[in-house]
Amino acid sequence: MSTSLSSRALAPIGVAGNLFAFALDVFRGLFRRPFQLREFIQQSWFIASVTIVPTALVAIPFGAVIALQVGGLIKQFGAQSFTGSASVLAVVQQAAPIGTALLIAGAGGSAIAADLGARKIREELDAMMVLGIDPIQRLVVPRVLACMLVAFFLNGMVSVVGVAGGYVFNVILQDGTPGAYLASFTALAQLPDLWIGLIKALVFGLIAAIVASYKGMNANGGPKGVGDAVNESVVITFLLLFVANFVLSMIYLQVVPPKGG
Amino acid sequence: MGVEIRVDDLTKSFGKQLIWGDVTLTVPAGEICVMLGPSGTGKSVFLKTLIGLLKPDKGSIIIEGTDIASCSERELYEIRKLFGVLFQDGAMFGSMNLYDNVAFPLREHTRKSESEVREIVMEKMDLVGLLGAEDKLPGEISGGMRKRAGLARALVLDPEIVLFDEPDSGLDPVRTAFLNQLIVDLNAQIDATFLIVTHDINTARTVPDNIGLLYHRHLAMFGPREQLLSSEEPVVRQFLNAQRVGPIGMSEEKDADELAAEAGQELPPLPPIPLQLDPSNGIPRRSQRPAGEWCRENGVTPPPGSFESSNAGLAPGV
Repeated sequence: MSTSLSSRALAPIGVAGNLFAFALDVFRGLFRRPFQLREFIQQSWFIASVTIVPTALVAIPFGAVIALQVGGLIKQFGAQSFTGSASVLAVVQQAAPIGTALLIAGAGGSAIAADLGARKIREELDAMMVLGIDPIQRLVVPRVLACMLVAFFLNGMVSVVGVAGGYVFNVILQDGTPGAYLASFTALAQLPDLWIGLIKALVFGLIAAIVASYKGMNANGGPKGVGDAVNESVVITFLLLFVANFVLSMIYLQVVPPKGG
Repeated sequence: MGVEIRVDDLTKSFGKQLIWGDVTLTVPAGEICVMLGPSGTGKSVFLKTLIGLLKPDKGSIIIEGTDIASCSERELYEIRKLFGVLFQDGAMFGSMNLYDNVAFPLREHTRKSESEVREIVMEKMDLVGLLGAEDKLPGEISGGMRKRAGLARALVLDPEIVLFDEPDSGLDPVRTAFLNQLIVDLNAQIDATFLIVTHDINTARTVPDNIGLLYHRHLAMFGPREQLLSSEEPVVRQFLNAQRVGPIGMSEEKDADELAAEAGQELPPLPPIPLQLDPSNGIPRRSQRPAGEWCRENGVTPPPGSFESSNAGLAPGV
């Protein structure tokens, strides 16, 4: 009884360990030749095509909401001249990587998990291993790299669209002045803010792709198993992303002193 | 040609449930073996263990001096190049057409030019009778065609060992007969070691050189075809003759009461042993033994009428 209880209590740690071991396998596969360039390009295009439009659509309200909130708050302090800066800071540092991550996990990750899961239950992955080809090197590594690349670019896009959306809402709806909005960009924001945003996007893309691949490759129990794998991969990715975001933000705020502080 | 597979004391369980234990057998080089067993006795698990997709709990599988059960990942991927495996549903890559599927191992493992690849692929497609279907996607063809395409892909690297996971499941009797003939012809042609997992007794009675029977979590018997077909051992006899009387029940084994009730019943006589399936060119395979040789050598009297026709004792045409 006690052994079964303890083994059940420790099961989540085992899963976490397996996920980590899988990540290490992927890391090792990264350096194994030949690199699957074709698969990488196909996957990058595929992930980009399923994420670009929804990301752009999400980015506009994201930027707008931040602009409205911050704008309203900042007005009460009488510091309207900093609206632009505050919204850039919020969008570039937090909103862009988080928005990117949600869409990479929701659209890209679920597609990866579904694809690999279907291959797993149709025994395609077994067939591949039997043909002497490592599915991690052949399928997972290109997908992970593609996810990171697309996340990187999407992050740039969300930043631009978000800031532009903020500009529109601030200037048109809140009677801000265009000059003040643009001129204050560099008052609080600084270049490292952009770097941390991009690093976050890369890390989030990595996590989303690894979790999705792991869940897909370990799907079992027929079509229902694939559905479960997709569902779990999205939920787990979201949880991990928010934790990773918190940790990265904390480190960044400790390491890089805020401007003008 | 062909490679021997030596399995020693192999045991596999999932969690607390033992699948089979202490399986010891040698699949001789170049011969055709059939692994039989009632549904759910872990035949497919056995096959997957042989190629290292599943790790056994204990025991060893020696192929060319390498132990599959304990070797490193790298060695495993090397040794797998000796194998060709036909999966139950063909396991074709759904995103590629049949041509690319069959060409896949060549493109991944060899540096052959595209025209050489084309030549080999077309040869194998012709062998399994799929010429003209190269551009089809696996989703667009029937199960039988998928199976044959899977066979073409398994053969494309000239394997030393070919494993078949239920080649006859879901096929009609005519296609099964054609597939069996194809298996025998292939063995005559490439001399590789064949291991077929099935529960089709017609296949088991006519195709192989050796038969193994998995039953009740162990290997009940493994030996030459004539040994098992003339065996009086209750499990072997019941299974190979598809009878209800015997130790195998509907769910698993029968309980003591059921067995006691059967105690008085007289078993029907063993049906005659059919002739082994010859290659279609009529020249015996290298590993083929003359009909009745094993029985003569071991002083076993085969059932009357044995070795007279190739469909004696088979389900439809007795």
